[in-house]
Amino acid sequence: MGEKLVSLNDVTFKYEGQDRNAVDCVSFDVYKGEWLAIVGHNGSGKSTLAKLLNGLQFAESGSITINDIELSEATVWDARKKVGMVFQNPDNQFVGTTVQDDVAFGLENLGVQHQMMVERVQNALNKVQMDQFLNQEPHHLSGGQKQRVAIAGVLALQPDIIILDEATSMLDPRGREEVLHTVRELKDENILTVISITHDLEEAAKADRIIVMNQGLLYRQGTPDEIFQLEGELVELGLDIPFSVKLGKALREQGLNLADSHLTEEELVKDLCELNSRM
Amino acid sequence: MRIELQDVEYRYQMNTPFESLAIHDVNIEINPGSYVAIIGHTGSGKSTLLQHLNALIKPTKGRVIIGERTIESGRKEKQLRPIRQKVGIVFQFPEHQLFEETVEKDICFGPVNFGIPKEEAKIRARKALKQVGLAEEILEKSPFDLSGGQMRRVAIAGMLAMQPEVLVLDEPTAGLDPRGRKEIMDMFYQLHKEQGMTTVLVTHSMEDAARYADEIVIMHQGTVYQKGTPFEIFSQPEQLMELGLDVPDTVRVQLKLQKELGVRFDHPCLSIEDLALEVKRVMERGSR
Ligand SMILES: Nc1ncnc2c1ncn2[C@@H]1O[C@H](COP(=O)(O)OP(=O)(O)OP(=O)(O)O)[C@@H](O)[C@H]1O
Ligand SMILES: Nc1ncnc2c1ncn2[C@@H]1O[C@H](COP(=O)(O)OP(=O)(O)O)[C@@H](O)[C@H]1O
Ligand SMILES: [Mg+2]
Ligand SMILES: [Mg+2]
Repeated sequence: MGEKLVSLNDVTFKYEGQDRNAVDCVSFDVYKGEWLAIVGHNGSGKSTLAKLLNGLQFAESGSITINDIELSEATVWDARKKVGMVFQNPDNQFVGTTVQDDVAFGLENLGVQHQMMVERVQNALNKVQMDQFLNQEPHHLSGGQKQRVAIAGVLALQPDIIILDEATSMLDPRGREEVLHTVRELKDENILTVISITHDLEEAAKADRIIVMNQGLLYRQGTPDEIFQLEGELVELGLDIPFSVKLGKALREQGLNLADSHLTEEELVKDLCELNSRM
Repeated sequence: MRIELQDVEYRYQMNTPFESLAIHDVNIEINPGSYVAIIGHTGSGKSTLLQHLNALIKPTKGRVIIGERTIESGRKEKQLRPIRQKVGIVFQFPEHQLFEETVEKDICFGPVNFGIPKEEAKIRARKALKQVGLAEEILEKSPFDLSGGQMRRVAIAGMLAMQPEVLVLDEPTAGLDPRGRKEIMDMFYQLHKEQGMTTVLVTHSMEDAARYADEIVIMHQGTVYQKGTPFEIFSQPEQLMELGLDVPDTVRVQLKLQKELGVRFDHPCLSIEDLALEVKRVMERGSR
């Protein structure tokens, strides 16, 4: 694995007036260029982790370093330039009266020169396939369209890390695929490191690594293969397993002689073909 | 209560330079006690269509019949409150509508607003909270101190506490964890089965559409592209895929197997168990 970009060391956080820690003694690293998925039941502390990483909240104990800089109130503005965040809920993120103003807003704040700004805005909107909506009012877009504009707003800032907090959960499957594909391309061009908080297990299956959160604790981390082998354990945590793993199981229960679990449909279909040719 | 859309058209910002046609020539019947799923791409007009179901917006052409009432363009409508109470819509991102200081007040807001006594509303709030799987402790919390999934449940509880006759759900489970998703969908289904709740569900999950609905309506580019039972709709998966829509995981695998194995299935499988059975059957049949 590559160089460490982010490190969390024993990070603990509690919201005021709550009796439980929302994030409890959590430690993990994020490596440059990876796609890290964070999964976990509702209320397990995922969004709180995201807020801590972006300096919207500060850890009660423990530390977070981003690019060797320890996150604190003094360094938070530098950290935010490096960490772009797309929230669960796109409406709260709109400030501009048109789509292009909205995407330009963050750049204006950074003092980016006009010509450069126009280019970056156009580019970011192209990447999420919203370039035909430059002059629309963001609030008049459909749910999925809004989310793509929000992602463009972050892309325009060219951060090192993008945190997607369920950013695609409101898109239709094709829209979701398009956005994830876009983010994946930026990752593959070594432009972005991705932390994706998601309830979509099929999406998590495509990550480089998965972190499973449970009641504020880091329950397990590993490759998708390692994590989805937990099968029943995941279901007990309120999670699920990918479709191909479930189908494989059902087929074995029918007495078909299939090897153990398949993380993708392609692998499963391939194995079925082989089995069929032997029958 | 029966709802019917006849030749409905809706244009946003009529008579302005921004006028845009969102839906047109929409004809749909929603019969009492039915469960209708609406599927289609982002921007295909689903949310616009839903807002007609309780007269939140008025068609710019055509008419909407809601029970005894007819909503038409060009006619002023008074007394829409009874409609809003009988047809409850849980919107996409319903948590945006949370605004009270406590969860309890938020859930009670709708019922109280429609004239239900406070005490009765509080009883309903507790019941609704249980239905959506939240603990009573949460009643005293601020809705803004909850996680995304918890807010979603509170918003749904608020609608249940209104005890509508028709429940309209715009992607109600986006943001819920897998167990929560199943629990909430099962809860809606139970309401439908046990109390005959008429249910309209907008969803991107073909699995949910196949599992729960009696009828599926496909919206495409602002109008109804196809209507039918899940069985009918998913018998022609290629058509859906041409529109760029998903089909249930099971049906997609069936298509792949037909192609790769050269086998034939005689019906679309809408559950994993059924698919496993059928795969075994066609493979054994093929070998003979
Ligand atoms: N602003 C807040 N004030 C007080 N408590 C909060 C606040 N935000 C979240 N919490 C609580 O902290 C815990 C963790 O919440 P968090 O939002 O991190 O969960 P999550 O894993 O993102 O959940 P979801 O999948 O539902 O979005 C929950 O118990 C939640 O109720
Ligand atoms: N408030 C609005 N003002 C103007 N246009 C809108 C508004 N809401 C939606 N639209 C447009 O109407 C069309 C249908 O949108 P919508 O009903 O939200 O679709 P869906 O719910 O299927 O994603 C889209 O082209 C969308 O941009
Ligand atoms: Mg969250
Ligand atoms: Mg919509």
